[in-house]
Amino acid sequence: MNIIECVRLTRYAFCMRWIRHITTCFAALAVTATPSFANEIGDADKGEAVFRECSSCHSVGQGAKNRVGPHLNSLFGRRAAAIEGFNYSNGLTRMGKDGLVWDFDLLDRYVENPKAFASDTRMAYKGLKDAQQRTDLLAFLRRYSDDPSNIPEAAPTAAGTDHSVDPAILAIQGDPEYGEYLSSECVSCHQLDGDYDGIPGIIGWPVEDFVVAMHAYKDKFRPHPVMQMMAGRLSNDEIAALAAYFEAAGS
Amino acid sequence: MKLNRRLFMGGAAAGAAVATLSAPMAHASTDGKPRVVVIGGGAGGATAARYIAKDSNGEIDVTLVEPTRSYYTCFFSNLYMAGFRELGSIAHSYGKLASEFGVNVVHDWAVGIDREARTVTLAGGATLPYDRLILSPGIDFVDGAVEGWDVTQQNKMPHAYKAGSQSELLKAQIEAMPEGGTFAMVAPPNPFRCPPGPYERISMVAHILKEKNPTAKIIIADPKEKFSKMALFQEGWGRHYDGMIDWIGPDFGGGNVSVNPDTMTLTIDGEETKVDVCNVIPAMKAGRICEIAGITDGNWAPVNPHTMQSRVDENIHVLGDASHQGDMPKSGFAANSQAKVAAMAVRSALTGSKLFPAKFTNTCWSLIDADDGVKVGASYEATDEKIAKVDGFISQTGEDATLRKATYEESIGWYAGITSDMFG
Ligand SMILES: Cc1cc2nc3c(=O)[nH]c(=O)nc-3n(C[C@H](O)[C@H](O)[C@H](O)COP(=O)(O)OP(=O)(O)OC[C@H]3O[C@@H](n4cnc5c(N)ncnc54)[C@H](O)[C@@H]3O)c2cc1C
Repeated sequence: MNIIECVRLTRYAFCMRWIRHITTCFAALAVTATPSFANEIGDADKGEAVFRECSSCHSVGQGAKNRVGPHLNSLFGRRAAAIEGFNYSNGLTRMGKDGLVWDFDLLDRYVENPKAFASDTRMAYKGLKDAQQRTDLLAFLRRYSDDPSNIPEAAPTAAGTDHSVDPAILAIQGDPEYGEYLSSECVSCHQLDGDYDGIPGIIGWPVEDFVVAMHAYKDKFRPHPVMQMMAGRLSNDEIAALAAYFEAAGS
Repeated sequence: MKLNRRLFMGGAAAGAAVATLSAPMAHASTDGKPRVVVIGGGAGGATAARYIAKDSNGEIDVTLVEPTRSYYTCFFSNLYMAGFRELGSIAHSYGKLASEFGVNVVHDWAVGIDREARTVTLAGGATLPYDRLILSPGIDFVDGAVEGWDVTQQNKMPHAYKAGSQSELLKAQIEAMPEGGTFAMVAPPNPFRCPPGPYERISMVAHILKEKNPTAKIIIADPKEKFSKMALFQEGWGRHYDGMIDWIGPDFGGGNVSVNPDTMTLTIDGEETKVDVCNVIPAMKAGRICEIAGITDGNWAPVNPHTMQSRVDENIHVLGDASHQGDMPKSGFAANSQAKVAAMAVRSALTGSKLFPAKFTNTCWSLIDADDGVKVGASYEATDEKIAKVDGFISQTGEDATLRKATYEESIGWYAGITSDMFG
């Protein structure tokens, strides 16, 4: 990708990061004269060490099988929840149906905070906060995807990014009365008794999970178009109000 | 409808008599509570009654006037025709509104509205005083819209655009079609209830015919150049029902039709065709009670988008299909969404509760064939002029089968969610 395409395809900030990145690469090249492009998306060898934490549930490489978690061969470019017969959460299954295909950025977000990504994920893992470690881990996993050379090296994937919701947003105290009014839009589809009937129940969710999930739709990395639309026009205060209302409605 | 009409007219006369005989009424109920009367227990009216009763914690007296004891939702009635739903599964009664939310449900027709005295007269003779009146009577058909058809012909040529016995009748007629017979639809002009409705119906009719009568043909005479989700329906018809459906748009005379229910013929642009089933969906207007109330402008009742108050009388709110509000389609989802805005405005006016800015949403799912669901939706806000679209989305052509199935499953969840939001 050239810089013009970069500007066209990605956000300005990424472009700036990309330019900085190139500049550093050239600076490094000038000094050492032995560039290591292998490091571009992280250090796979270091990533292998990080993966040890995952390996109690996931396997990758030759003969990898589903265990507690699905095997991770050919993960890049795979649809979410695509392995036949593996018992995925409703959330990931739904995302797969909505067309979510794992790429660097999405995996980076998922590993960073699995619950933010898919509230009901069965992956009992709190998340990896260190962006460099995630980048290394993904560099390692990427070795086991088919034809990794064909996986585009988009600028945003050049480094793990901090996606966590701003603590100031998480700290907003929602007004449950306003939340109750706003919630009337939600319950046209989400059943109040919490039944999952093609549409998940949302009653009684912890405030933080709710806020994080809504911001994930607002940022459009959770794929559902109705939810992206609904979340897209809610302000931070409105999301907090809804979170406060729905948490209380469960008790 | 025949029966309804008679009741309607008889009732109006009776109502007038009652109004002259009865003593003037105080507006607050005997225990001093403000009163709200809701006319029509469908998508909009049931939601409004439930929300006002639920959120006012007994501070407001809510009376719901609805002639039928069982409300059959038009939404999913097409699925019933194709055998994906039982008729019973789209019927809803008012028991919970009464027992759990304290709504006073009166099974009767409203036949007169005295805006000055703020009273509603019922066909049965009673007079109900109100502080705020909510009208959500749905649609009626424009007289003379389709040459040769009027409501007295609805058993020969059903509209099935009010669900229940009409849906049953149309289904029975489709199932009784002779081998290789013809199903015809006369589609309505804009604006009308449920823009994708006629085309979802065509899909569902094609689904049964493909199973039971695969050489049968379907023709649609349509006065519109374009219809809702057109690309999605046409792609789906090509994929599932290739060669069965003939859509005749206005360029080919689809807007120039007449019917003859006695000979079961349909004439399109002068060319007469004998058909076996003729589903006539005429042009629509607001439920007649809006005209009686004198709040219509043309066929519909204009409203203030912030509160759904009639532009003519601020003590009356109009919801759903009957209202002229702006960008929202006439759908059950939209009626439900508008009802919540109106409920908040009514409570605020009568009890001083907080008024938040109005927000509206709509999503309409349609089924093209088994497990092939699509959807279209948008969010809206109130401007002084109209309910204005903010953002929207639509399913794409070429989506894969898993996504289409998920979309269909989602619609089942939506149906369960929205009907419990309406009827408790
Ligand atoms: C085939 C079909 C498919 C549809 N599919 C969908 C869908 O998938 N999703 C969706 O959102 N919408 C759908 N709709 C549209 C939806 O049904 C309507 O938009 C919705 O019902 C409108 O609600 P309403 O409250 O305005 O009127 P209605 O729901 O029609 O309610 C009006 C009520 O008022 C009563 N009434 C009328 N006059 C009087 C009177 N004088 N006194 C007392 N009571 C009176 C009637 O008996 C009726 O019960 C569909 C419609 C059709 C026809």
